Amino acid sequence: MDAILLQILNGLDKGSAYALIALGLTLIFGTLGVVNFAHGALFMIGAFCAVTLQRILNLSFELVDETQKDFLGNPLKVKTPYVEAWFGPDIGGSIIDWAVPLAILFAIPIMIGVGYVMERGLIKHFYKRPHADQILVTFGLAIVLQEVVKYFYGANPIQTPAPDALNGVVNLGAAIGMDIVYPVWRVVYFFFAVLIIGGIFSFLQFTTFGMVVRAGMADRETVGLLGINIDRRFTIMFGIAAAVAGLAGVMYTPINSPNYHMGMDFLVLSFVVVVVGGMGSLPGAVLAGFLLGVLESFASMNEIKSLIPGIDQIIIYVVAIIILLTRPRGLMGRKGVMED
Amino acid sequence: MFGLDKKDTSMLIIVAILTLFAPFILNPFPTESAMAQFNAGYPDLMQRFVIFGIFAIGFNILFGLTGYLSFGHAAFLGVGSYSAVWMFKLIGMNVIPAIMLSVIVAGLFALLIGFVSLRRSGIYFSILTLAFAQMSFNLAYSVLTPITNGETGLQLTLEDPRVLGVSATADGSIPVTNLFGLEMRSTFELALGPWAFQFNAGYYLCALIMLAAFYLAIRIFRSPFGMMLRAVKSNQQRMNYTGLNTRPYTLAAFVISGMYAGLAGGLMASMDPLAGAERMQWTASGEVVLMTILGGAGTLIGPVLGAGFIKYFENIFSKINDNVLHTWFSFLPDGMEDAVVFIIHPFIGKGWHLTLGILFMLVVIFLPGGLVEGGQRIKGWLSRRKAKDSGKAAGETNPAE
Repeated sequence: MDAILLQILNGLDKGSAYALIALGLTLIFGTLGVVNFAHGALFMIGAFCAVTLQRILNLSFELVDETQKDFLGNPLKVKTPYVEAWFGPDIGGSIIDWAVPLAILFAIPIMIGVGYVMERGLIKHFYKRPHADQILVTFGLAIVLQEVVKYFYGANPIQTPAPDALNGVVNLGAAIGMDIVYPVWRVVYFFFAVLIIGGIFSFLQFTTFGMVVRAGMADRETVGLLGINIDRRFTIMFGIAAAVAGLAGVMYTPINSPNYHMGMDFLVLSFVVVVVGGMGSLPGAVLAGFLLGVLESFASMNEIKSLIPGIDQIIIYVVAIIILLTRPRGLMGRKGVMED
Repeated sequence: MFGLDKKDTSMLIIVAILTLFAPFILNPFPTESAMAQFNAGYPDLMQRFVIFGIFAIGFNILFGLTGYLSFGHAAFLGVGSYSAVWMFKLIGMNVIPAIMLSVIVAGLFALLIGFVSLRRSGIYFSILTLAFAQMSFNLAYSVLTPITNGETGLQLTLEDPRVLGVSATADGSIPVTNLFGLEMRSTFELALGPWAFQFNAGYYLCALIMLAAFYLAIRIFRSPFGMMLRAVKSNQQRMNYTGLNTRPYTLAAFVISGMYAGLAGGLMASMDPLAGAERMQWTASGEVVLMTILGGAGTLIGPVLGAGFIKYFENIFSKINDNVLHTWFSFLPDGMEDAVVFIIHPFIGKGWHLTLGILFMLVVIFLPGGLVEGGQRIKGWLSRRKAKDSGKAAGETNPAE
């Protein structure tokens, strides 16, 4: 029982990353009809926003401290980050410690900007071209973004730890008398994902802006004829989708040290998620993300691995192939949207 | 000639001349000169040119003719490599059975994957092939380790049985791949004055096979079957309405292009008998897509050009470093020189992929027909200018009334 609960938790946790990326992909596909192969790169840029903020906060100056000596007897050079100098060691230290959560604030404007520039500068010109061209140009863009990041940050993974307070483990089963020990940050990630997903859905559901966007998703032409500038709203949605991917990346950094090709690794999976959920269906993307996450973590249980060796490596793809062949529009896809 | 019309024959002959004289053409700089490091006429690289040429020609038969964009073609290349290495391990070091087996196995594998994937089209087809390729890659790394040797990659050992050959040579080393005794690695060096040219047996085998593959591709392009595939690309729905089942045609194209990929994989293993799972990764599939698009999808010569272009510049660009740049731009004033080198620096050496990515984006945006279309545009522009000139000349003789 414990093991099963643990696997469900693992699955929800993995699934929350999938769901966030897939949600962004679907937002872009559902609004603009563009297949964005550069979405993984946006995830990666988000992660590197966290790295950048951490580096900025750690900028420091050196002082020669005469009172302390190193083992050779020379005066010790003490590095003090500017933040600590300005705010005092206590507050400054905790600001540095909380770099990753703070990076959320830092990443949102950057990601919206990146998304805006990407849509206006490049993707706008590809609406009328075939899907294959869209795939190709965004694939090229993904390579470029990846190489630019590699140029500035190097090829090695960069450690970005979570705040000390959130770094330990927590016993989630204590309340119900069971023993389920789980890393705190992963729990935080899950709730963060739920929060973001809930935020996006309520934004689309309860605001006028969201209503117009939903109307545009259903029938772009009519909304345009009603005198609403739907293109501008869709561009903003692209920015929001980029921000969602970026935030998923920011929060993922403590789980997995970011490196320049982390986006590509996630991209393939998140496409599979989107296809399973149904192209253009937001609830489908979220559902499929969590579902595939849970399936994947169950498949990696030793009991199941001994039954079907290797299943943990391929389960997601097998599910995707079965879904694509038996239910062409995915789990929750709308009828007639990209069914052929 | 060979059942081709005049234009195709001349194209085939040009390609044949280029490949057969590649050791000369790619070695324009004398060995002692400073530019010698930009020579590309050494066996290893030339083999890669033609092998990737075969791979891209095959990919183009699927993508260029039918418009189905497969993102999992590297899986067939990987399967071909594995089967060739197994042939070397079990049967003997002759390359012919190995290449044959790799083509057959890749064909069967393509039949299986194609049968499933081709039920869908468009982006779904891309994602299905991607999923299959990632699946094969993951399996090759994990459960199939007894066959693929996992992360280490499949290699020859002294304990292999090699029924029709020897497990080890007289001096106790692993025998080398050969074609009825002609060793693939044997190279004849010709020194002409300051130049040194290398003629490698393996390269010529690959080149001949590529010519055959290219010839076959021309025949496919010009056949009624190729016509049918083009019809699928331009309007599949209409084909279905006329009561024609397109699936057998697309499946045949998929299997043929899978066999081309298997052939390339088999040749790769024949030149260097090892195979690893990283050849099947989806970035490797992406590379062949880049080659084909860059050269010009749907054209005959495009994929070969693209493969040569990418492999050549990959080699050249990764060799250029800051020192080379400084010597190139030494004519500029000091500050300018540093600035220019600083600007170019991210694009060279390890930054080659950045250059490739930008180039690829530019091609997709501005030249959807690839290098071939670029060439045609320049040609068209020149002839139009000529026409204008003659028109102007005519205008001068007949002044307006």
